Amino acid sequence: MRLPPWQFWLSLGPALTLALLPLPPWLSAWNPDWVALVVIFWALNYPGRTGVGAAWCAGLLLDVMQGSLLGAHALAMTVVGYLTVKLYLRIRVFPLSQQALAVAMMLGTYHFVLFWVEGIVGGPAPGLDRGLAIVLGALTWVPLQAFLKSMWPRIVKD
Amino acid sequence: MATSSNQYRPLLLQGPSPGLRFLLLCVVSILLMVLDHQQHHTRSLRAALSVATYPLQVLVNMPYSAGAWISETLGTRSDLMEENARLRNQILNQQFQVQKLEALQAENNRLREMMRSAAEVAERILVAEIRSVDLDPYRHNLVINKGSRDGAYNGQAILDAYGVIGQITSAEPLSSRAILITDPSHATPVEINRNGIRTVALGSGDPAELRLPFLPNSTDIQVGDLLVTSGLGGHFPPGYPVGVVNEVLRDPGKNFATVTARPSAQLDRGRQVLLVWFGTPRSSQDLVEPEPET
Repeated sequence: MRLPPWQFWLSLGPALTLALLPLPPWLSAWNPDWVALVVIFWALNYPGRTGVGAAWCAGLLLDVMQGSLLGAHALAMTVVGYLTVKLYLRIRVFPLSQQALAVAMMLGTYHFVLFWVEGIVGGPAPGLDRGLAIVLGALTWVPLQAFLKSMWPRIVKD
Repeated sequence: MATSSNQYRPLLLQGPSPGLRFLLLCVVSILLMVLDHQQHHTRSLRAALSVATYPLQVLVNMPYSAGAWISETLGTRSDLMEENARLRNQILNQQFQVQKLEALQAENNRLREMMRSAAEVAERILVAEIRSVDLDPYRHNLVINKGSRDGAYNGQAILDAYGVIGQITSAEPLSSRAILITDPSHATPVEINRNGIRTVALGSGDPAELRLPFLPNSTDIQVGDLLVTSGLGGHFPPGYPVGVVNEVLRDPGKNFATVTARPSAQLDRGRQVLLVWFGTPRSSQDLVEPEPET
C-alpha cells in the first residue's frame, strides 16, 4: 500500500483549519465540509494513493479536533472515500455542474452517516441546517477543485 | 493500457482492493466509536493526536490573540489610566465585600461546627483562556488553553465571573475540551437559592436557556428565583449561581411544570474562565441521591 503524497497532507492542513474557524453560531452550520471536499478531490484525482485509508486518517484527525465521538467522522469519511474511488472514472469525465451534483450526493452520504451515528449515540438531532452545508459544499467544489488543480497541475492532470 | 507505470496518473488501481480496505476501516471506526462511547478507553490516543493538531488550534486562534495584543499595546495613555482607575475602584469595592465575607465565613464555620457538619473545603482557582475554535456546531463545547499539565482533570468544574459555565470532558496535555451547561446532553444538579429545593437543570441546546423538567406543578418556584449548584454529584462546588428562572408554566393537565431558566454565566461572551479545584463534597450523607451528571 502506498502512502498519500505530501501534497495531500499539505492541503489537509488548511481544510482542518477552515473547519475549526470560529464563526457566529448561525453561520457555523453553513460552513462547508472542507475536509470532506479535499478528501473527495484527492480520491478523484489520485485514487491510487489517496483513497480509503487517507480518507480515514483525515476523518480521525477531524474527530480529534472537533471533539466528536472518535471514529464518527472517520467512518463517514471512509464511506465518501470509497464511493469516490469506486466512481472516479465516471465522475472525472462529468461536466463541472454534474460533478458538483455528484459531490453533493457524496456530502449527503457523509452527513447521513454522521446523523446515523449521532442518532445511535443519542446526540442532538439537528434540523435542516445540514442541507445548507451540503448545498454550500457542492457550490464550493467548483472553485476549490479549480484551485487545487492549479496548485498541482502535474499530479492531477487528467 | 492495462497498468500504467506512470506513478502520477494511475488508470487502474493497484494493491489490495479498496473494497477490502473499506470494510476493514469501517470495522476499525465502529470499534473505536464503541470504545470511545462506552468506556473512554481511547483517552490516550485522543491525547496523543490532540498534541499533533495543537498547532492548528493555535493558528486558528492567532488573529484573535493578535487583535487583543495590538489593542492592548496601542491603547492610549488616557485609556489605560481610565481603565486603571476603574479597576482600582472595583478592587476597593470588592475588598470591602470580602472583609464582610470573611467575617461571615468564620461565623458560618462556627455554626457548622456547632451543628457537627463538615466545614466547606477551601477552593483553588486558575484562570484559563478560551480558544476561538469552532467545534461541532450542534454541540456546546469549547476549548481552553489549560490542560492536564496544569492540573486540569476530567469532570472539573469551570466558572466565569457570573456563574457556572460547564465542566471539562477531556483534559489533554496542553489544552482541554469542556462541555457547557446548555449542551443538550448535560445536566447540572441545582437547588433553588430561596428555599433549597433540589432539582436538575438540563441543557436545551440554546445558549440562553436551561430546562428544569423534573419539578411537580406544586413546587414553590417563581420567575426570578436564583438557581445555585447544589454540589451533589461532586462535580461542581456548591453554592455558585447557575441561572435565573425566567418562565414557569403550570399546566394542570400535566404532572410536571414547564420551567426554563437563563444561565447566569456569559456563555457566549468573554474570553476568560476559571478552573476550580475543591475538596470532597460537604458530607457523605448528601450523596445518597443518584447522580445525574453527564
